[in-house]
Amino acid sequence: MSAHETTAVETHQPGTKKLFMWVWFWLLILTGVEVLLAYLRLEPHLMLTLLVGLSLIKSALIVAYFMHLRFEKIGLFLVVVPTLVFCLTMILIFVFPDSMRIVRMHP
Amino acid sequence: MAGSSWDGGVAPFATNTKKLGMWLFLLSDSLTFSTAILAYAYVRLSSSNWPRPFEISPAILNATFLTFILLSSSLTMVMAVAAAHRNEIKKAVIYILLTAVGGIAFVVLHLMEWFRLFNEGVTPWANKWGDPLFGGTFFGLTGLHMLHVSIGVIYLCIIAFGFGRRKFNADHVEVSGLYWHFVDLVWMFIFPMVYLMSVNLKG
Repeated sequence: MSAHETTAVETHQPGTKKLFMWVWFWLLILTGVEVLLAYLRLEPHLMLTLLVGLSLIKSALIVAYFMHLRFEKIGLFLVVVPTLVFCLTMILIFVFPDSMRIVRMHP
Repeated sequence: MAGSSWDGGVAPFATNTKKLGMWLFLLSDSLTFSTAILAYAYVRLSSSNWPRPFEISPAILNATFLTFILLSSSLTMVMAVAAAHRNEIKKAVIYILLTAVGGIAFVVLHLMEWFRLFNEGVTPWANKWGDPLFGGTFFGLTGLHMLHVSIGVIYLCIIAFGFGRRKFNADHVEVSGLYWHFVDLVWMFIFPMVYLMSVNLKG
């Protein structure tokens, strides 16, 4: 058995066609909700919070099912996701104080 | 394959090296896009006359359709990976090429929108509605994303060609799928941030 055959067996896909269709369907629904939100004259802060929240749900769906991370070993998840969260936190720590200052400067 | 992960000879992530490499690349690329979106948010916050030029029709409808195209191409890519793992080579190649067609449609429709904006006088350095940085951030963000889609289309065509001739195996298809889904994922942030936050509801 060659190395390629071994990996092909190890990375066998657990997802079914039906599951992927459902994920796709829900992604479309969430996109529709986002577009509907654009019609409502919401306050920008609330609008931004809702949009970012929905986008995070959508990206979680894509990463978990389309990119298959839910079916991988926990080690891969631990390499990718906490690292991203840590780096983004570091960036935000330095951006937030300054951007809050801007918000106060002009109402 | 006995012994602990520390001795070697075991795959601690149960993936091949290509896949781990792609995940790490996507990690760094997501930081690139995050900082670009943050920079956009920062510039927008500090501007006092940021324009909201996107009307429901055609701009928002067009962008929604682009989202639909990208999501559907992700679905065909998932089908391609599943078919590749089942060793159905012809089916997998057709699905990969369908995905690439979705990518081409995305780029073409997006470029048409760009040229519409050029005709209205929006360039990366100026626009008639207000802050000139609007053009810079808009074309910067969507341009970086469009570059990723274009590279993805080329990547997918190479994978389809190689997989069809059995030079590549199912793992290559899966890794190219990871890249494609990531491009889709980035658009899930650019669409609300750039378009929906700048929607113009007249009347």
